[in-house]
Amino acid sequence: MNSGVDAPDEEASENGAASAGKADDADVPDAVDVVGVDEAVAGGSDESAADGTTHEPETQDSAVERRAAETPPDVRLQVRNLRKSFGGVVAVDDMSFAVEAGTITGLIGPNGAGKSTTFDCITGAHEPDGGTVRFNGEDITGLRPDQIASRGLVRTFQIARELPEMTVLENLMLAPPDQVGERLWRSVVPGARRGVVEQERALRDRVWETLEFFEIDHLARQEAGALSGGQRKLLEMARAMMTDPDLLLLDEPLAGVNPTLEEKLLDRIHDLRDQGYTFLIVEHDMDVIMDHCEHVIVMHQGSLLAEGPPAEIRSNERVIDAYLGEDLE
Amino acid sequence: MTHRLRPDGGARGSGDADREPSGVRGSGGDASGSDDDDRGSGDGGRGTPRGKSAAGAVRDAVERTLGGNDLAVVLATLGAIYLLFTLFVLVANDFEITTSTINAIASTLRLLTFFAASYAVLALALNLHWGYTGLFNIGVAGFMAVGVYTMGLLSSPPDATSGMGLGLPLPIGIIGGMVAAALVGLIAALPALRLEADYLAIVTLGLSEIIRLTMNSGQLSSWTVETFGFGTGGGSGLNLPARPTDALFEGGAGEALLATLTGMGVRRSIVVDAAYLFVVIAFVVGVYWLLSRVGASPFGRVLKAIRDDELVARSLGKDTRLFKIKVFMLGCALMGLGGILWQGSYGYVNPNSFRPIVTFYVFVAVIIGGSGSNAGSIVGSILFVGLLFEGPRQFGGIVQNAMELGDAPATFAGAVGPLTGLDPTPLLAYGLENISALQFVLLGVVLIVIIQRRPDGVLGHRTETAAAVDLGERPAAGAAPDASRDSATDAGSASGSGGDADE
Repeated sequence: MNSGVDAPDEEASENGAASAGKADDADVPDAVDVVGVDEAVAGGSDESAADGTTHEPETQDSAVERRAAETPPDVRLQVRNLRKSFGGVVAVDDMSFAVEAGTITGLIGPNGAGKSTTFDCITGAHEPDGGTVRFNGEDITGLRPDQIASRGLVRTFQIARELPEMTVLENLMLAPPDQVGERLWRSVVPGARRGVVEQERALRDRVWETLEFFEIDHLARQEAGALSGGQRKLLEMARAMMTDPDLLLLDEPLAGVNPTLEEKLLDRIHDLRDQGYTFLIVEHDMDVIMDHCEHVIVMHQGSLLAEGPPAEIRSNERVIDAYLGEDLE
Repeated sequence: MTHRLRPDGGARGSGDADREPSGVRGSGGDASGSDDDDRGSGDGGRGTPRGKSAAGAVRDAVERTLGGNDLAVVLATLGAIYLLFTLFVLVANDFEITTSTINAIASTLRLLTFFAASYAVLALALNLHWGYTGLFNIGVAGFMAVGVYTMGLLSSPPDATSGMGLGLPLPIGIIGGMVAAALVGLIAALPALRLEADYLAIVTLGLSEIIRLTMNSGQLSSWTVETFGFGTGGGSGLNLPARPTDALFEGGAGEALLATLTGMGVRRSIVVDAAYLFVVIAFVVGVYWLLSRVGASPFGRVLKAIRDDELVARSLGKDTRLFKIKVFMLGCALMGLGGILWQGSYGYVNPNSFRPIVTFYVFVAVIIGGSGSNAGSIVGSILFVGLLFEGPRQFGGIVQNAMELGDAPATFAGAVGPLTGLDPTPLLAYGLENISALQFVLLGVVLIVIIQRRPDGVLGHRTETAAAVDLGERPAAGAAPDASRDSATDAGSASGSGGDADE
């Protein structure tokens, strides 16, 4: 049960570069007897208290664990036993799942299931109370958002957060990592600036390509604050793509987007997946998730309810009871 | 695609919003048609509301004349203020053109320019913090004080009348002052930048008062370590080294020039002060250049992103803490420099020069010019000094003399009382007598009007694009139908921005 919280720090760093599969194998035996360490890491007596409630779906959890342990090394993201509470409210409780490279994975669940909090914990906006997040085999639990993003795990927001007083072009130019001109002296000292200008030219060309890909090039010179809600969603995705992420977390990318634009956005996501990008999408629209994701993760009351291919989820009794109900009939 | 965004871009050709990055740093001669046409499209959406009022029409006309060139805007503003003050002096002298009138005009304009230039350095620095990065620093005066006092302590002669320095060369003092201001900025930034914006404001305001009170403290007024004297002079102030330009007129060609000019009836102080004024103006140009470069760079882009939404910047992998610390230190160093150029030039300084009101004045200058715009900060400084800081006093003096209102009543009751007898003269006299206090009322009114009617500052909405190249330039492959036209434009701007970059 606690095995995800297991990894004492040294082990985490040792295994940092190792494949996820290997690390997981090592974890399983530890799980039984390292409770003391667990508490030190997770920092909480409330953890063991909360454990009582989560013991009940034991069989399923260990199945998940076994599956996770068996996953091939091309696992992009591995979340294990993630916990986060706000005051007395446990928003995410012992959540474990994995995202495989090159897939579109959907994360669904009723309102308040803890999807956005899970996102926030993965991307560093919140520090999880317990559990581990591994990205490309590296433990990124508790890192700052910028550290996580610079490792290639980039997110968008539920309510699009454009940079309102910057133009669409500037919004996209901001995103690429490792810009030499982000060093102050490089931007100022006359001789050193030449390299900055060259890089800026190359980036500008990429920005225009990306804008054309998302078909918002006609808005390029507008300030982002003047865009419509749907356009902002496109902008945000375009901006995230400019970082060339290994995994893109999209928090309700279709909320407030009209059907035409929705089609366009989904097409783009599929195109990008075909190019090798990986997506984890939180979405309310069941049809979208079922039609477009290879793998679906269902959250309920802060923990994992079920996961599998869409067809399997559709027929899962527990999912239907808890969430889908007549929606799917 | 671009042609659709170009309803009025070509016609107006003002390009006011996007001009800065290449326009000003370049010669200004590149305000050519093709470039403008391309850039004008960016602010196409904003043309309509502006056209509605008569004031808008005037502004459009002015903008068209000035071609959106920031240097022209600054010079035109300065010219207008000069004209106004020349008029003030002429009225005060009953339009008698004598040597003394001309001297009076020159000295008035010199003083104005000096204040405007000093405020411009400070406003540019504050604009970097507040306008660009959204860091609400209300401790400007404190960082100025650190700069001036450090310069004084390093460079004042050890045998100064009040306070004691180390007598090091002035450049060391100036650089030391800037470094010290930056370090104090770092100390303030480390804890405060982790907090919400409001706390930064409180921390900086508190720090600035702590600095002022420290300078005021008797304990620090003089230390002697062995034979080595060192002290701030406390409340009685600190003697500072003389302006380096003064030495130009002692002997040699400088003295000869001075003799010639004084022979022509020019007052000696005007010549000597003007020489220093040029130094300050050179610093304004330098700081402007520096900050324009900072703004038009990937670094500046991150700053703008921090201002707009810090979490977005962080979620894109930018370590915003580092950016904020760097920019805070840079801005504080420039505030120290501003303090040295201004308060450091009087040969003497005391802590009263660094009251929080100075910070407030700098904010007013930035707000008038429009936060986020470097050129706006300079225009704002000129307007603030001309119309709000010096203007009312001059105007009050002239009216007072011209109307011969007699002695002003000593109390408000004495001023209002005669109104019952329909005699407004005492109230008017009272108002003019106390015009420096009424200035604050005027200041408040102007602030409210600006914030309500022109929240983007007198220059209106400006976009100083945060990139080292012209982003509007599309790669050739992307522009299908009007490819020939775009590539022609591209070639034009490419040479322009290329030239800027390599300067």
